Amino acid sequence: MKISKRFLNMTAGVMGLLLAVSTPAIAEKTMLINGAGATFPYPIYSKWFSEYQKVNPAVAFNYQSIGSGGGIKQISARTVDFGASDAFLTRDQLMQAPGKLIHIPTVAGAVVITYNIPGLTQRLKFTPEAIAGIFLGKIKNWSDPEIAKANPDVNLPSADIIPVHRSDGSGTTAIFTDYLSSISSAWKSNVGKGTSVNWPAGLGGKGNEGVAGTVKQTPNSVGYVELAYAEKNNLAYGEVQNKSGNFITPGLAATTKAVEGKLDSMPDDFRISLVNPDGAEAYPISGLTWILVYQKQKDAVKGKAIVEFLKWAIRDGQKYAKELLYAPLPEQMVEKIEQRLSEIEVGK
Amino acid sequence: MESNQVLLTAKSTRKQGFSDPFFKAMVAVFAWSLVFLAGLLVVILVTSSWSSIKEFGWSFLWTSEWDPVAERYGILPIIYGTLVSSILALVIAVPISFGIAIFLAELGPSWLRSPLGMLIELLAAVPSVIYGLWGIFVLVPVLRTVVEPFLGKYFGFLPLFQGPPYGVGMLAAGIILAIMIIPTISSISREVFLTVPISMKEGAFGLGATRWEMVRLAILPPSRSGLLGAVLLGLGRALGETMAVTMVIGNRHDISLSLFAPSYTMASLIANEFSEATSNLYTSALMETGLILLIITLILNIVARTLVWSVSRTARGGR
Repeated sequence: MKISKRFLNMTAGVMGLLLAVSTPAIAEKTMLINGAGATFPYPIYSKWFSEYQKVNPAVAFNYQSIGSGGGIKQISARTVDFGASDAFLTRDQLMQAPGKLIHIPTVAGAVVITYNIPGLTQRLKFTPEAIAGIFLGKIKNWSDPEIAKANPDVNLPSADIIPVHRSDGSGTTAIFTDYLSSISSAWKSNVGKGTSVNWPAGLGGKGNEGVAGTVKQTPNSVGYVELAYAEKNNLAYGEVQNKSGNFITPGLAATTKAVEGKLDSMPDDFRISLVNPDGAEAYPISGLTWILVYQKQKDAVKGKAIVEFLKWAIRDGQKYAKELLYAPLPEQMVEKIEQRLSEIEVGK
Repeated sequence: MESNQVLLTAKSTRKQGFSDPFFKAMVAVFAWSLVFLAGLLVVILVTSSWSSIKEFGWSFLWTSEWDPVAERYGILPIIYGTLVSSILALVIAVPISFGIAIFLAELGPSWLRSPLGMLIELLAAVPSVIYGLWGIFVLVPVLRTVVEPFLGKYFGFLPLFQGPPYGVGMLAAGIILAIMIIPTISSISREVFLTVPISMKEGAFGLGATRWEMVRLAILPPSRSGLLGAVLLGLGRALGETMAVTMVIGNRHDISLSLFAPSYTMASLIANEFSEATSNLYTSALMETGLILLIITLILNIVARTLVWSVSRTARGGR
């Protein structure tokens, strides 16, 4: 019974294949859109792909989460229909692409400062100077006045700080070093920003789990991980002082506020870093993630399907963001992106 | 009946005569395809690392800065970390593995030998990410709280055991690698010991040797080249190991004499940074790191082969 069923399935599969080859009309009906890139938004993208199947069963997606660098390379070589990246393309990278690439922001994420101080129960507060000093290796002890002045009620130990960073190239590191560059000129000139940098101090852990594992295991250490990862794993994380001087507990609402804080200075191509935004309630260490598509879509049918999907993702798709711990885009931003999407030229 | 048989044999011989060249050609293609693939690998590695070779020249090998932002790359600390972690692994693993092998081949009770041997070989089948996780959650805390403070207290006068006990670092990497290569070295050495003819062991006992003397005089000398081969295979695995090492070594581009200090290896660097390397020079520098790793492995293999060769020659000459 089982075997005959499998045999039947197989024959059906072969027949289907033959049909698909012989009649292009059927092949077009279930269109496969290929994408590749960032790992950070992969959970929400796969949620979108499966939900979008219900909206439009004719479109299927194949997304390879190979990293932002890979995504940029693949879309520049036109081997995929869309790319995805946690870092926007540099001017040089845009010039190297064979056509005009546009950036479509999809969701925002935040990076939190996680730490392990034995016996500490209160949430720590970090000033920008303290964060930069710790990761530059200039602030070496937890009882340093820069940390103590923001935490007057906390009994800080007189112990050496062990900073922990990501050893693998990642969008998380890009956001974090972007933040450090924006608040510290010493960081900007000595280290800079990028998916991997030359860290002046500390240990490296591979992946969010590597950093979190090292911080959990090492007393008096401090590291940075994605907000979603910290939430899911109940890590202790600190408040960070923003541009207005308020200490903000990281969260989805505070991240969306960060996007709002940048709306006024938002460029038309959406290539903007979210760090250190205006806004009293905005969390300062956050960033956008983008899908990259060509302004001129060669394949009219496929191009139209991609645009339709993106319109759905930034409007209806946003409601899935919160349960997966991504910050949804603010309404005003969605309108701007919709306008941009309608400018994509499909067909020849 | 008999003539029939002869005919049959002749027929099959003729058939073989026809199939032999075909078979020979086929296996030759298999053999050469591997050489071709290896050659292709070298060609690809060299061409894709060319822009880095052109940009940095020899300074790639002896500078210590790895700065993807400023696009300056040098891998001296990583070469150091790769070699030292592998050598440390050998220092720990070789005596233990030889001990295991001798026990399993000669000294252990026979009912224990095969289950124990299987258990050790099973260790080789554990995925390296599992070793890495075990390293982070079990080994590293023990090193940080017990082993490293102890070593620092009593052997702190040696530069090897100085500095703060992080737990993660060169020592942790060396120990993890040692555990990973023990199955390889011990199971091959056991096979080597088992090839020693019984007559030689009996001869040693007959001359009044104790067990230890028998092992020392009858088993170890003829096994030397085989044992070196076992160590080499272990070294090969240690040099190329990526996942477990990167999880416990601390991933820092520094050269430090202390085994407590964090370090980095070439395989880990490539695994860590390749997926997010965006610029051409960056990718190229990582490719060149791969090329250098290949060259180092090659050099070590040649050195070791020469050693095996000279050892086996002197052994034969001594006989």
